[in-house]
Amino acid sequence: MPKITQMGAISPDEAKRTEVRKKADIGYIFKRLWRYLSAHKLLIFLCLLLVLVGNLLALLGPSLSGKAIDAIGKKPGMTDFASVGHYTLLMIIFYIISGIMNFILTVLLVKLSREVTYAMRRDVFNRLTTLPVGFFDTRQTGDIISVISYDIDTVNASLSSDLLQIAKSLITVIGSLVMMLIIKPALVLIFLFTVPLSILFSRYITKKVRPLFRMRSRKLGEMNGYAEEMLEGQKITRAYNREKEVIAGFDIKNDEAVNAYNNAEVAATVMGPSVNFINNLSLTLVSVFGAILYINGGIQLGDISSFVLYSRKFSGPINEIANIFGELQSAFAAAERVFRLIDEPSEPADAPDASMLSNVIGDVNIEHVDFGYVPERTIIRDFNLSAPHGSLIAIVGPTGAGKTTIINLLMRFYDVDSGKITIDEHSIYDVTRQSLRAAYTMVLQDTWLFHGSIFDNIAYSKEDATKEEVIAAAKAAHIHNYIMRLPDGYDTILSDNGTSISKGQKQLMTIARAMLLDSHMLILDEATSNVDTRTEMIIQSAMRDLMRDRTCFVIAHRLSTIRNADNILVVRDGSIVESGKHDELLKKNGFYAELYYSQFEVY
Amino acid sequence: MKTLYRYIKPVLWPMLLGLLLKFIAAMLDLTIPYFLETIIDKAAPTGEIRQILFWGLVMLFCSILAVVTNIRANRMAIINSSKATKALRHDLFAKISLLSARKTDEFTVSSLVSRLTADSYNVNNMLVRVQRIGVRAPFLLIGGIVITLTMDPILTLVLVAMLPIIAIVVYFVTKYSVPIYTRCQLILDRLVRTVQENATGVRIIKALGKDASERKRFDKINSALADEDKKAGIIMAITNPVATIVLNLGLTLVVIVGARRVNSGLTEPGTIIAFLSYFTIILNAMLSITRIFVICSKGAASAARIEGVLLAEDDMPILKEGTDSESNNSNSYFYNFKKSNSVELEYDPIPARIEFQNVTFKYNRRNFSTDPQSIDIDYIENNLTNISFKLERGQTLGIIGATGSGKSTIINLLIRFYDPDEGIVRIDGRDIRSIPREELCKKFGIAFQNDFIMANSIFENINFGRNLTEEQINRAIILAQAKEMIDDLPGGTSYRLTARGTNISGGQKQRMLIARAAASEPEILILDDSSSALDYRTDANLRKALHQSLPNTTTIIIAQRISSIMNADLILVLDEGRIIGRGKHSELLRSCHEYKMISDTQMGGAE
Repeated sequence: MPKITQMGAISPDEAKRTEVRKKADIGYIFKRLWRYLSAHKLLIFLCLLLVLVGNLLALLGPSLSGKAIDAIGKKPGMTDFASVGHYTLLMIIFYIISGIMNFILTVLLVKLSREVTYAMRRDVFNRLTTLPVGFFDTRQTGDIISVISYDIDTVNASLSSDLLQIAKSLITVIGSLVMMLIIKPALVLIFLFTVPLSILFSRYITKKVRPLFRMRSRKLGEMNGYAEEMLEGQKITRAYNREKEVIAGFDIKNDEAVNAYNNAEVAATVMGPSVNFINNLSLTLVSVFGAILYINGGIQLGDISSFVLYSRKFSGPINEIANIFGELQSAFAAAERVFRLIDEPSEPADAPDASMLSNVIGDVNIEHVDFGYVPERTIIRDFNLSAPHGSLIAIVGPTGAGKTTIINLLMRFYDVDSGKITIDEHSIYDVTRQSLRAAYTMVLQDTWLFHGSIFDNIAYSKEDATKEEVIAAAKAAHIHNYIMRLPDGYDTILSDNGTSISKGQKQLMTIARAMLLDSHMLILDEATSNVDTRTEMIIQSAMRDLMRDRTCFVIAHRLSTIRNADNILVVRDGSIVESGKHDELLKKNGFYAELYYSQFEVY
Repeated sequence: MKTLYRYIKPVLWPMLLGLLLKFIAAMLDLTIPYFLETIIDKAAPTGEIRQILFWGLVMLFCSILAVVTNIRANRMAIINSSKATKALRHDLFAKISLLSARKTDEFTVSSLVSRLTADSYNVNNMLVRVQRIGVRAPFLLIGGIVITLTMDPILTLVLVAMLPIIAIVVYFVTKYSVPIYTRCQLILDRLVRTVQENATGVRIIKALGKDASERKRFDKINSALADEDKKAGIIMAITNPVATIVLNLGLTLVVIVGARRVNSGLTEPGTIIAFLSYFTIILNAMLSITRIFVICSKGAASAARIEGVLLAEDDMPILKEGTDSESNNSNSYFYNFKKSNSVELEYDPIPARIEFQNVTFKYNRRNFSTDPQSIDIDYIENNLTNISFKLERGQTLGIIGATGSGKSTIINLLIRFYDPDEGIVRIDGRDIRSIPREELCKKFGIAFQNDFIMANSIFENINFGRNLTEEQINRAIILAQAKEMIDDLPGGTSYRLTARGTNISGGQKQRMLIARAAASEPEILILDDSSSALDYRTDANLRKALHQSLPNTTTIIIAQRISSIMNADLILVLDEGRIIGRGKHSELLRSCHEYKMISDTQMGGAE
């Protein structure tokens, strides 16, 4: 497959990138996230309501227990059992109600976050299916996968926990503040000291820790990347006895990853105990000043107890919010990646008046076509070709001469820079892509099979293909006997570790898939390169049946396949240098002849 | 877990020291409510501000001590776990690097990668978390209970009575949610695979107009994942509210029972207030323990996966020179049975450079596939049967044959990626199983079919860490017909390739790999179908150059094209793992029908 070889300075792309950078600001990302959330407004409203009510109820708990303790009295025999019973009953009711509400809240949150995850994954994938082929030619699959799994997970982990944690915390903070103000405003003054202290402290820590965490992820990613790359090439490193070097290389990556991990974690670990310390500090101050107030008769013992409980509730969340703020940073970074993928430009839409290409006869014409994968490098210049229906067009030439490029243009995987391609006199730019592509049957060099049964894989090209049709196709591709030898026959699941299926057998399955199709044009892109000559000879007759009455475009290095072509295009450096029949070309004694005779050369 | 302990052992003492610190910190945390009680119950009623301040200072002091020891202990936990993980990862990677090809097949590369990355990360996570919370939480829980016991045993028992209820809930929740999470993981695998398939098959999918059906396929998996995930999430959601409710009920009971006891003069109201503080500690500790439970089961599963690799036996030992290797052939469990039936080959006193003697082999001796739905491979016949041939120094061997006829398998046995089930492979008369791997590998230069390209410069890709001279590399580049193409690239040999070389064409890749194979001027050069993407002209030039520049190198060429091998000194025609023709091109045209057929189709009968 052609790849963009030089990504040099692409000016429109650069402009797009700055545009993207603008989009990376938090406000924009939040707006985009809100679009997903707003589909569940009712859910969100319910959640917020539950958070509010649930927390208010929970806040009542300490006040009730305080009242109950007051009712116990300070000395033996002074207990007001009726009051104790009354308040404890209320406590039980409130705890149970708040517990149930908490449960409902969590369930709603789980629902919300899974729905959003689902929607994001759907949107990313749907976008993927509309992206032009060029996107996949230049982008690593692993990268796309990490967006759809890891990044979306990160976004939602923080959506479901962090945002609501903040809402929850805010309510708890406000609630406890109110309750504490009711109990004893003077004691609240203590927090004027401790709260800013903890806020300042957490801000200091997050600031310090954030780049360390970024480094940690990067280094871990690098180590994973190295391990993956080296294991993929394990055979060759072993054959060259490079294990020691490879292991030494891994040790460096391992070391870096561990150090980055240690740096980040050690810096972050200061947070928890420090928060705890500030809480304890508040507690100390509250009890000391509370006790002093008690001596002065300004407060009751039960009130001190309630106040202590509230103060614990109060100081915790504030620090937690600060904590979460750091986590949100990573979520926003992940969201940015997700939205960037969703914003990738799809294949340009069909022309508004595009018609369906139907009843195709198969007269293909290419006129004055120029094309390059990158604007500065035109690799096809003034390309002309006429392929009347039923003709066999062979495309030959050295590697990298631009043979697959012609296929890319015929199928509109890429669009020409200038010139015209027609099928039965319809410009392929005036018909829908779907109908254009449906007019071709294509067998590619890369054998593409998916995880599923052999039957599903062959039947993939034709919805509701019958068992008979599939078997007939498999027989035609000479793979039926092999399939029948498998224990599960056509129901055999093709899985990744199916090492026993060779590339050639896979190729035959894709040929069987193509046999099922009934179109008037056929593209074979070195389709038989993985099939040995003997097998190829066997299936050639089947191929000929497949090719009969169809316009065929065949790319192959093996000259036998193309000798009986109606027209051989000899491609060199992107343009057609010669064309004609085999014998004519040999007579010409040009580049084709040179290519052809070189195989008989004895050194 | 036993293996994991080996890695913990070197850092065991520092770890224990860290845990001791953690313990001290936890104890200090526990004293806070105790002092609180003292202030409110003892100091406040006396009315002496000095006493209140004194206890306040003690509280402050303990808080500071707690924060210092806690940070210190956490840091030790992190660094000690990292040390253990680092060593574990190193050993795991080293072990994987040296794993036999058969073992690698068994584990599959993707699984090995995930063991090395995700699993080692999980283990590290477990080590850190267990040290940080796993020790702290039980301390706080038990410590909290002990202190409350000293304050008022009866009230404590009321609270403690609640713990078994929570334990039961946690038990059932984990029991039901873990299998669901495992299922989620499997569905996620499918989801990832679907994306992968769509990326690699984009042309076919677009050509067949299957975008909509692919979207539907993905949607099904996506929904299934969301559903299972929801289920697991909802079940897990039970734990927290239930634990909170139960403990809060316990608290209410404490108040009720406490009221009776205060009334009877058995306890004091301050005790109950302190109880409330301890209660929060106990509640949080309990919730932490629940979380630890999940982390540990995940970590233990990962540790087991890593252990599986580390304990994998070396199934390819180096045999001692001079031993009767045939009797030591551990793989040939049916060798003795067959031996009597096979024709004894007389031993040639003059050692050939490369010799295969009656070699029989199959990849899949047993079905180690874990996926019950994947193909049962037991039925598969031998991949090679009774292969014998000899090759002298400087000769060229050509191997041709159908897909799956065993061409590459011969190479795999020659370089000892696998050991034959029967028979012997010799180089210079030595059983290759007695040649130390390093020495064996040095003999070869190999270009594989699907070869490995690093994300690095062309120079480094050819050099491949072997410290070759620039001259050697340039010579190899010229030999491989790659000079022109590399000069055309920006930066020449310093042009940076992407992983898997996606930024150069197939033909360019092959030439670079041939250069890599030839660069060290190896004794044996192997080209496994590595010129298929080259045009005939370049292919011919390459063969000419190999012949001229490396006259002493023994060459093995595997090809589909007759033209690539027709000049070889010996050509083997393989079919279903057997040699069905051998000799030179001209001989084979006469003696081997299959060969003649291939030649006729490819070359139109030209000789």
